[in-house]
Amino acid sequence: MADDDAGHSGSKAGTDAADAGPADHAAWMKAIAERRSKAAFARLFGHFAPRIKAYLMRSGSDEGSAEELVQEAMLTVWRRAESFDVAQASVATWMFTIARNKRIDAYRRTKRPELDPDDPALAPQPEAMQDEVVGAGQAAEAIRDAIADLPEEQAEMLRLAFFEDKAHSEIAELTGLPLGTVKSRLRLAIGKMRGLVDEELK
Amino acid sequence: MSMTAKQHHGATRSVGGGAPGRPTHHLNDELLLDYAAGACDEAVSVLVASHLTLCPDCRARADHLDAVGGEMMAALKPQSMADDALERLMKRLDEPAAPAEPAAVAPPANANESAVLPRVLQRYVGPHADQIAWKPLGLGVDHFELPLDGDGASRAVMLRVPPGRAVPQHTHEGNEYVLVLQGGFSDQCGHFGRGDVESADSSVDHRPVADPGEACICLAVLDGPMRLTSVIGRALNHFIKF
Repeated sequence: MADDDAGHSGSKAGTDAADAGPADHAAWMKAIAERRSKAAFARLFGHFAPRIKAYLMRSGSDEGSAEELVQEAMLTVWRRAESFDVAQASVATWMFTIARNKRIDAYRRTKRPELDPDDPALAPQPEAMQDEVVGAGQAAEAIRDAIADLPEEQAEMLRLAFFEDKAHSEIAELTGLPLGTVKSRLRLAIGKMRGLVDEELK
Repeated sequence: MSMTAKQHHGATRSVGGGAPGRPTHHLNDELLLDYAAGACDEAVSVLVASHLTLCPDCRARADHLDAVGGEMMAALKPQSMADDALERLMKRLDEPAAPAEPAAVAPPANANESAVLPRVLQRYVGPHADQIAWKPLGLGVDHFELPLDGDGASRAVMLRVPPGRAVPQHTHEGNEYVLVLQGGFSDQCGHFGRGDVESADSSVDHRPVADPGEACICLAVLDGPMRLTSVIGRALNHFIKF
């Protein structure tokens, strides 16, 4: 699907949302950023809104609040489309960070403290690390494979940590596992993914 | 105790052959995962975001975890949106956006570049460490508690320790994270310079000593009260509030 014409041409807004792949998502973002294409935005909504809603509901939102938060998240996507950088993140990753931040802003009644990418204090990426930078799309594919390869017990820990807003101690309580086991499974999962991902990109 | 500091100062090493000044003491994976998942409270988030500003290595690790979150979200079974959801949203696209937050005030031009505070922290303490409303804590150490606006169990405190001065020996009931923003300090766990984070839990009984030369300014986040363990420290417990 990454080879789909719409993904590379950027001239068309893409194919049907259901068949679209990451390259199409990036093409839609480009059409929104460059031409304020509402057609591309509608396709992006068709693909991601139901997934953002699923994420919010797994994280404890009721259906009504989830609908509202999706509206807010997608409005942010529309307004900040120019700031999306396909070299830095996949569209799915960018959507996740926006949805996560909306969720935090709404439920914690405070704006999530985040680094400012234009901060003069930002320590630059050393050149050695810049060489390692690969396309975000390629990295995302490797991460998808890595998640699929995780043993179920580690994948489940990751899902609990990411989607159910559970502190590690709560995960321990919920699963009946000792806290140390929860932490070591999470560490293993992260380490394994980082290892697998690096390997795949070599 | 400045001897100890000097001794450690020379022992600073740069992991991974990075540029000088690149942090060598990093955030652990569990904390970065909590931050990516949105599970950190406000105080911890300020510390994580400040470290990420100063540490390209952890920034890359944090970006990786965001990507994991993105792929996991993308793989969820979609939940159908309400029939009129897209229509409602399309009507809002041309609404004017709310005015952006005012940009952080730039630090004075003559500000010490090696002490510029990350913007995410400036939001709470102002543009420069010299202008913070420091309050004396005892033994020459100053502190300033961040006015957090959300809920959360942790507290965040800026600390300023005079050059060469030791902080009384103490342990913590919960976890403590200390991010160095200016100068540095040493304790039995090593030397910590700008951008480095020390994590300590109740098992660590330590006595940090500030580097000679300039004051050491840190952001400390505590999710449990600090207990002073030395004799002089026990006396200080009466007026130290954390």
